[in-house]
This record gives sequence, C-alpha cells and structure tokens, in this order.
Amino acid sequence: MTDVAGTPILEAPLAEGAKDQHMVINMGPQHPATHGVLRLVLEIDGEIIVRIYPEIGYLHTGIEKTCEAKFYQQVVPLTDRVNYLDPLANNLCYCLAVEKLLALEIPGKAQWLRVLLAELSRLNSHLIWLGTHAMDIGALTVFLYTFREREDILRLFEAVAGQRMMTSYIRIGGLSMEPPLDFLDRVQAFIRIFPEKIDEYSNLLTGNPIFRNRLKGVGHLSADDAIALGVTGPPLRASGVDFDLRRDMPYSSYEKFQFHVPVSTGCDCWARYEVRLVEMRESVKIIQQALDGMPEGAVKADAPKIVLPDREKMKTQMEALIHHFKIVTEGFAVPAGEVYQGIECGHGQMGYYVVSDGTAKPYRMHMRYPSFPTLQALEVMCKGRLLADLVAVIGSIDIVLGEIDR
Amino acid sequence: MGDANTFIGKPAVLEGLPGHPAVKAILAWNPEALTDAKFDRNELTLTIAAEQIRAAAASVQAAGYNFFEDMTAVDWFPASPRFQLSYHILSHSFKERIRLRVLLEEASPAVESITPVWPAANFYEREVFDLFGVRFEEHPNLRRILMPDDWQGHPLRKDYPVEGYR
Repeated sequence: MTDVAGTPILEAPLAEGAKDQHMVINMGPQHPATHGVLRLVLEIDGEIIVRIYPEIGYLHTGIEKTCEAKFYQQVVPLTDRVNYLDPLANNLCYCLAVEKLLALEIPGKAQWLRVLLAELSRLNSHLIWLGTHAMDIGALTVFLYTFREREDILRLFEAVAGQRMMTSYIRIGGLSMEPPLDFLDRVQAFIRIFPEKIDEYSNLLTGNPIFRNRLKGVGHLSADDAIALGVTGPPLRASGVDFDLRRDMPYSSYEKFQFHVPVSTGCDCWARYEVRLVEMRESVKIIQQALDGMPEGAVKADAPKIVLPDREKMKTQMEALIHHFKIVTEGFAVPAGEVYQGIECGHGQMGYYVVSDGTAKPYRMHMRYPSFPTLQALEVMCKGRLLADLVAVIGSIDIVLGEIDR
Repeated sequence: MGDANTFIGKPAVLEGLPGHPAVKAILAWNPEALTDAKFDRNELTLTIAAEQIRAAAASVQAAGYNFFEDMTAVDWFPASPRFQLSYHILSHSFKERIRLRVLLEEASPAVESITPVWPAANFYEREVFDLFGVRFEEHPNLRRILMPDDWQGHPLRKDYPVEGYR
C-alpha cells in the first residue's frame, strides 16, 4: 500500500497477539486515567507489562498548518489551545519567539508581569496534576482541594484577561492591556494563603501509606534514559539531572529572580511528586519577588506598527487609528529568519520554532511540547512491572494530550 | 540582541567562532560535511551534508551537546532543494542550543535516522514522515503517528490545502 507521494505505508510492528501467553489489550482512548484521549496498546504477560505502544493522534487538529495561514498576531489565541492547562506559558513562548525575530525590546513591567503570570500558570498546571494524579491512585479527596485553589487562580486570570482558560493575555510586544488596579493585591492575598494549602495537600498525601506504596519504587527512569528519550521538566529533575531553562538559559528577566531548582535522585514516581511539590513552593517565592520588585512603566513595547494602540488612543488619534487598521487588516511583516525559543513550562521544556520568509504570516511554525517525547519514556518506566502501576506512572509524568497531538 | 554578532556563511562562522565546541567537533570529524553555517540572533545553524547527519549528530553528542530537544522539517516548495530538516540540540553543560540543518531534494526525500544516537528522535522522525513524507532509513518503526494509517498525502507540505475537501 502506498500513499499519494508514493511512500509505502508500513505495517504495525506489534507482535501477533496470542504468541506464548502474551495478551494484547487496549487501554483508552476513553479511559478515565489517561488524561485525555491517549490510547495504549499493551502487550501483557499475566499482570506484567511486556510492551507498551502509544497510539496517539486522536486530538490532532493540524494547529501548525493553521498557524501558517494566519497573521502573526492571530496565532496567539491558537497557542492557548495546545496546552490548555498552562495557557500563559504557551502565549509567552510564542511571543518570545516572534519578538526574537523582530528584535523587539519589551518594557520591564511587562517582563515581570509575564514572569508572575507564567508562575501562576505553572501553579495551575501543577494543581491539576496533583489532583488528577492522586485521584487516579484512589485519593479522591485531594482533587476537590486542589480545584478549590485552582479556581482562585482562574479568577485571577479572568481579572487580567477576561478569560479563565484561553487567556491570550501575553501578546507580541508585551501584554494586551494593563492589569486591573487591584490585581497585584489579589495575587498577594492568594500567595499569602497558598503555602498553607500546599501543606494541606502534603498532609493528606505525603504520610499516607497507600499513596507512598503506590509511588515508591514505581516507574524507575534513570538519568541516562531520561536524557536519551528527551524527557524534560520535573521528571528529568526527579531523575537527578539538574537542568531548568528558567535558571540555565533565562528568558523574560528570570535571571533577576532567586529561586531554588529542586532535584531528586529517586528516579521514581515518588521523586516526581516531591519535586513538583517543592516547585510549587518555589513558584510562590518567585511570585512574591515579582510583586515586591514590580517596576513602573508601560506594559507594551513602543512599536506602533506591531503593537495595537490603546482603545482610547485609537478612538481619538488619527495615527493610532491608521496603525490599528493596518495591523488588523494586513498584519505586520517579520524579518526573514528562523528562531527557536525554549521556555520551562509546568510539564517541561516547551519550544517554538518559527521560520519567517519576511511576510506577515509565519512560513513554518513548529511547537515542541514536553509531553510528546516524555510519552516515549513510558515503556521504559513500565516494562516488566505490574499493569496497575501504569496508571500511577501516567499520572506522574503529567501528560496533556492536547500538546501531544497538537 | 541587536548588538549580537551575526555571521552568515561557513567562512564567516569559522572565522568568527573558532572556539565554539560544536564547530570544533564538526571540523575535527569531517570538515567536508559542513556545507554551510550561520550565526544569527544568537543561534548557531550548521548545515550538514544529508548523507552525513547521523555521524554529525554523534560527533556533536560526543562534544557535549547531549540532549536532543526538537526536530522538524520546513517545506520550501517550489524552491530546490525542497525540504529542510532542523534538529535542535541542547547542551546541559554549555547551556546552549545549536541547530543542525539538512537540505533534501524533492524526489524521494530520505535521510538516515538518528535514533541510534538519540532514541528521543523516534516520535519526531515519525511525525516528519507523517506530515512531510520524508523517509528515515533504519528507523525502528516508521509509521504514521498523528494522521490515520490509511491517510493519503502529507498535510504540512505547502502544496496541501489548508482548508477544503482534500
């Protein structure tokens, strides 16, 4: 069988089912513990996993192809939809990539607000991970606790962006608008209570013997395997590799913040749990520093041909109206070239590769999302272990199918 | 970023960045395989001869670029050579990223798989095969990954329509 371009379509590599005592079973795509529409074809020997074959693509929407047909500023709302649990990190990564192509200078206040929002977004992502991970293992209560705090974060997003999940608040050249006057006070009030809430989750789970036994020594991933398989973020650091893009290749003025990067050499699901819990506490510290040192000034770059003017100016000044009209109808040309911008999001290293041919639409856009390579490591983590541990391992690597399938 | 140096072309890069570990590693291994180079917006791009990519990947890996981060393709239709493969390799020790680039002709685009060097490239090469129709020789499992197995055509090619019935 060949396709249009004459490329042969190859056959599935899975062994024929009933060989020896192995059984091939299907998990997903409508399984509650697969965090979306992940389908795993499992070859099992009794209760022992022999091989895992992830079958992905159920959520494939061709978002990269869509981006190629849009103006640069029209791509921002599309990026929200890729990793819907960490929306501001998506916006940030895309905007940083385009700003690198444009060589655009971003005002200090916008950069600090971006850091603050990216960390809130990381908390949002980690809260969902903690709630669903614990729920997969049977601790149903934690889910209700984490979603209580997540609701507070979503309200903060709503206050700045008018949207709870698909924020599109970070735009090329800065932010879409000034945050509301009481926004920083509300963030302060939230992070004042939040460390106690982390203690609360920890009290529920860390000492819980069922939770400990389900995670300790399960899903072993060595540092060498993690690097070879492209694993990033908390799972990489839980395997003992001390690397965090925020600290090691800083962007958006992260170099001005002091924080500690948690690393564990446990290499198992428990280590990933501990690393993420410490990361939440560190995020709170970063947010506190951002609040304390928030610079004054504008939240948009001074680039009238790229950044949309304020609504009031657009209604009263002819120049601003012309710029607004030109940006909306024709977009803005971006100098030819190719850039790759990586950031550390809640799940790991995110990256946007943007190729420009000098027009107002991206010639090619590729999104590197951490869950995609991390899924390759699933087989290494589960091979030879019990089928029931698979659910714990999927929870511990924290995958989002929206970003795997794109 | 505006004041950063920019070097376009192999001689300019060799002159401007003589001590760069990736450039040194490639030159020590096989200077002929490096067909072009560019240092632009603080990103180093090394264009490698298509048949040498696996050996080039192994040599930068030995030089400390230990982490395979991303790989994708660009379709320059109707230009020739049509396809460009971009490999993004990160170094945990140098805290720096390089881009290896390979150019492929339109007629039966194929290149050696780098999965023996980095198993992480497995899904990425399948994705490029699926969406661009570039073949990777000696790939352990070169099947479509995002599109259905019986799909006709490669959606991210520029001659594939964005909307409408295919």
